[in-house]
Amino acid sequence: MKDTFVIRKYVIIGLIVLAAVALIIKLFIIQVVKDTYRLSADNNVLRYITQYPARGLIYDRNGKLIVFNQAAYDLMVVPVQTGKMDTALFCSDLGITKDVFRERMKTARNYSRRAPSVFLKQISAETYAKFQEKIFMYPGFYVQPRTLRKYSKPVAAHLLGYVSEVDEALIKKDPYYKPGDYIGKLGIEEAYEKDLRGRRGVKIYLVDVYSRIKGSYADGNLDTLAVQGSDIISGINLDLQEYGEHLMQNKTGSIVAIEPKTGEILALVSSPDYDPGLLVGRIRTENFARLQADTIFKPLFNRAFMAKYPPGSTFKPVNGLIALQEKVIVPSTKFNCDHGYLFVACHSHSSPLDLKGAIMNSCNSYFCQTYRRILENPKYGSVSEAYEKWRGYLNEFGFGKKLGSEFVNELPGLVPSSAYFDRYYGKGGWKALTVISMAFGQGEIETTPLQMANYTAAIANRGYYYTPHIVKSIGADHRIDPRFTIRHQISIDSANFEEVILGMEAAVNGGAGATARIAALNGITVCGKTGTAENPFGENHSVFIAFAPKDDPKIAIAVYVENAGFGATYAAPVASLMIEKYLKGEITNKPLEQRMLELNLVDSLKVSETKH
Amino acid sequence: MRRSINIWNGIDKITILLFLVMVIIGWFNIYAAVYNEDHKGILDLSQRYGKQFVWILATFVLAVFVVIIDNRFYLFFAWIIYAILIFLLILLLLFGKEINGAKSWFEFGPLSLQPSEFAKFGTALALASYLNNRRQELTKLKVILPAVAIILLPAILTELQPDLGSTIVFFSFFLVLFREGMSPFVFISGLLMVLLFFLTLLINNLYLEAGLIVIAFFLAWFETRKFKLYLIGFGISILIGAGLYLLDHYLIKSLGNELVLLITLIMSGLAFAYYIYVKKAIAIFFIYLFLLGSILYINSVDYAFNHILEPHQRDRVEIMLGFKTDTHGTGYNVNQSIISIGSGGFKGKGYLQGTQTKFKFVPAQSTDFIFCTVGEEWGFLGSFVVIGLYLFLLLRLVFLAERQRSAFSKIYGYGVISILFTHFFINIGMAIGLLPVIGIPLPFFSYGGSSLWGFTILLFIFLRLDASRTEYLV
Repeated sequence: MKDTFVIRKYVIIGLIVLAAVALIIKLFIIQVVKDTYRLSADNNVLRYITQYPARGLIYDRNGKLIVFNQAAYDLMVVPVQTGKMDTALFCSDLGITKDVFRERMKTARNYSRRAPSVFLKQISAETYAKFQEKIFMYPGFYVQPRTLRKYSKPVAAHLLGYVSEVDEALIKKDPYYKPGDYIGKLGIEEAYEKDLRGRRGVKIYLVDVYSRIKGSYADGNLDTLAVQGSDIISGINLDLQEYGEHLMQNKTGSIVAIEPKTGEILALVSSPDYDPGLLVGRIRTENFARLQADTIFKPLFNRAFMAKYPPGSTFKPVNGLIALQEKVIVPSTKFNCDHGYLFVACHSHSSPLDLKGAIMNSCNSYFCQTYRRILENPKYGSVSEAYEKWRGYLNEFGFGKKLGSEFVNELPGLVPSSAYFDRYYGKGGWKALTVISMAFGQGEIETTPLQMANYTAAIANRGYYYTPHIVKSIGADHRIDPRFTIRHQISIDSANFEEVILGMEAAVNGGAGATARIAALNGITVCGKTGTAENPFGENHSVFIAFAPKDDPKIAIAVYVENAGFGATYAAPVASLMIEKYLKGEITNKPLEQRMLELNLVDSLKVSETKH
Repeated sequence: MRRSINIWNGIDKITILLFLVMVIIGWFNIYAAVYNEDHKGILDLSQRYGKQFVWILATFVLAVFVVIIDNRFYLFFAWIIYAILIFLLILLLLFGKEINGAKSWFEFGPLSLQPSEFAKFGTALALASYLNNRRQELTKLKVILPAVAIILLPAILTELQPDLGSTIVFFSFFLVLFREGMSPFVFISGLLMVLLFFLTLLINNLYLEAGLIVIAFFLAWFETRKFKLYLIGFGISILIGAGLYLLDHYLIKSLGNELVLLITLIMSGLAFAYYIYVKKAIAIFFIYLFLLGSILYINSVDYAFNHILEPHQRDRVEIMLGFKTDTHGTGYNVNQSIISIGSGGFKGKGYLQGTQTKFKFVPAQSTDFIFCTVGEEWGFLGSFVVIGLYLFLLLRLVFLAERQRSAFSKIYGYGVISILFTHFFINIGMAIGLLPVIGIPLPFFSYGGSSLWGFTILLFIFLRLDASRTEYLV
């Protein structure tokens, strides 16, 4: 039988060939022409797992551990892998409510169904231990270890700073940081972030479609190891720091103690303070908000280098030094005091006094007249010129500028320029008497406790200082920032310092009229100067600066006790106790210590504050 | 007159070789697709590759069995085999095991059977048997309709499971009818229907229908060339349409624009009927019928798409048409499949080195998506070879079919070609994103006893018939 449709054989053959060619063309396009699929396949299968290095530890100057790490665990979830589970048990194990559970799951799903996201941050080791046994019951959940800061003692919060998770803005600014990374905030943690953080490592794994790890990629040859952060030895004396905070309990104010020969900060107290452990882990946000909400005592506010006070009479030694250097007085120059000088009042003491006596008695008249001589020095063409010369000396002591410590938010204080007075009074419209209150540390001048301690250290050193700093050395090779090894020389002869120091010695150890005898110690020659910083808002602040021992100073200290009145009353005893604690390791004057510990200047303040 | 022959001498060794090569390559690819570190042995019976080895051994036995049976058996028992398989498909709807929402499997203990895989050779036999004596008569409707019924019966039964993939495969038997003389008009109509189907989903139905009416009127004008007459006809339609529209708009208010259009068309048809009858204007009549049919078709497609198709099937069609881009839901499979194949590059990642394959990014990678393993691990070269093997096999089968002296053998041969071709093209086409996802296996490659046995029987019956081609002199 003849096949009339034989031509259709070719149609069918054509159809088959055409289909095969179509398949081959499409295959050629996706396999040979386009190379994006390779990348997509890699993205599917390669999982980059960050290896978080342990953050560097922080020690005190004697090798006592201050800050270390404890393990914490982030509970991660991969939404697509979750399945049937006992949600009620899960929630009770973790101590969360079902609403929280639902909300977290939703957030995780919105982020990505296949990629892991943090379900619950920083669960404690105890919760983790309990939870780990049951984790097989909760498909899609796993635990990623992290480290949290832990503090050996609940002290030095302001010095140490804290660690928190990086925010969006910072990630944009610094590409090193990735979401979920931690970063140091304030204090040592911020200043030495780069040393403490170490370097992240990354391990590349192959994962299957369920994100289960199936092995390492390229036998781990492309992995990088995490480098642990450098440990830091700080200049802090932990015992002294703790003792200082103890003394300052129930008071507001600040203590800064410096080792004069190196500029290392031995203790830095800002009271009220807080337990640094409050700003760790999941409780951080809540506690931070609570601390921030305390507007009366501002525990987060670091008074030691952010509070500006007038220095008060503690400023007299520097004026004496400048006057000596400018040769407008000699140590034996005497001035009369008739309970005051012009409109400036003074208390009763013997008269006339020389420089030593004036420092010992804290005579206002003496320093008003000295200051007038400085500003009216015929060597200079005008008061304004002499004033700038005087201001130059102050800058050499570190006043009116940032000292350059590690604290990024350190304040410069204020020593107004002559231009400031020109603006205020008109050029030539002001005289020595106009600014006479700066003779005894009042008026426009503002200093921070850190600057005062540094100034004391410079006196102790007889004319030089090293920039105050917290850190003694970094890492195993004991690096130190070179800026802390520069000696800042002050252009005042050391002989002049000796004269002023005699006065400061007498203020503590002298006979009748000595203002700071309460600070005297057995067997240690303490040199000090009291001060009263005027406080327009209430009771004056009690100020005391001191160093000891006189001939080989090991500690220079500045103490501010707010709303405590005259410098000798509270600041001097606190400074004296600190010095004894540091130099002897024990306190001989127990009743004084007891009195200082029991002293409560806060409750009355609370009452008066709430009245407003 | 009957001549005795030696089967082994008569059987086509090239096809057998191709078959063996494909089965073995398939087996190795299944090993790669479900590779399990803990069970490295390719004969490990707890794994799919171990099981596939058993199915392969069984299929060799089956092939031998199919070949040693007398060739006349298939001709004489074609209808009985078909009836048994249809019966099984019906039983399946009653007693089948529901997996993934479809009753496609009988379960006998550890063994599952998919009757639709066997219904394919049954249908091919029945079709060949039916057309055996009606070779050149496929132009007659009374010959065509039973042939279509033979095809549609198993197609409908599989769609009731529902198993859209297998249903589409049954439709490939129309290729056999085409080869045997059915008018290409049917296929052109078919193509137009597919085109209209997509247009229906793409374009607002009303615009589409309006467009068709405009085309119809143009055709009518082209046919009559009588401008005045044409205008009258056109005017009548416009009047009816406008009248109905206003009626619906102000009084009935429930017909809707589509129904108005349809009724207008029917009423216009009645008006034209007189002219057509008197002038014997057959062409106009066909244009009219075609238009009416198209519009009914559009409405039914619209209805079917929105009311009959399962949501996942609707998704697949929509993703294929580019209406939707969804890389996590239905589109995930295709996306991962293309990534697998695309990432293979020119030379492939190497055997057992496919990360997509090894780490299970592609679902059903040992069955419907087995080609991903080929594409990823063997690259373009491997894919080319596999497609080449199929092309070679199909063309060889065309050659074999064309050399048959018996109509039964030849028609059956084209049945085999149609089935294998459809599976090959759709399966690979979907894996590389050329066609929508239609879950059908790749013959001789995909994991699974039923499909392997079904294709083996299908192929070897034809080889058996071919081996005896010289027994008859036509």
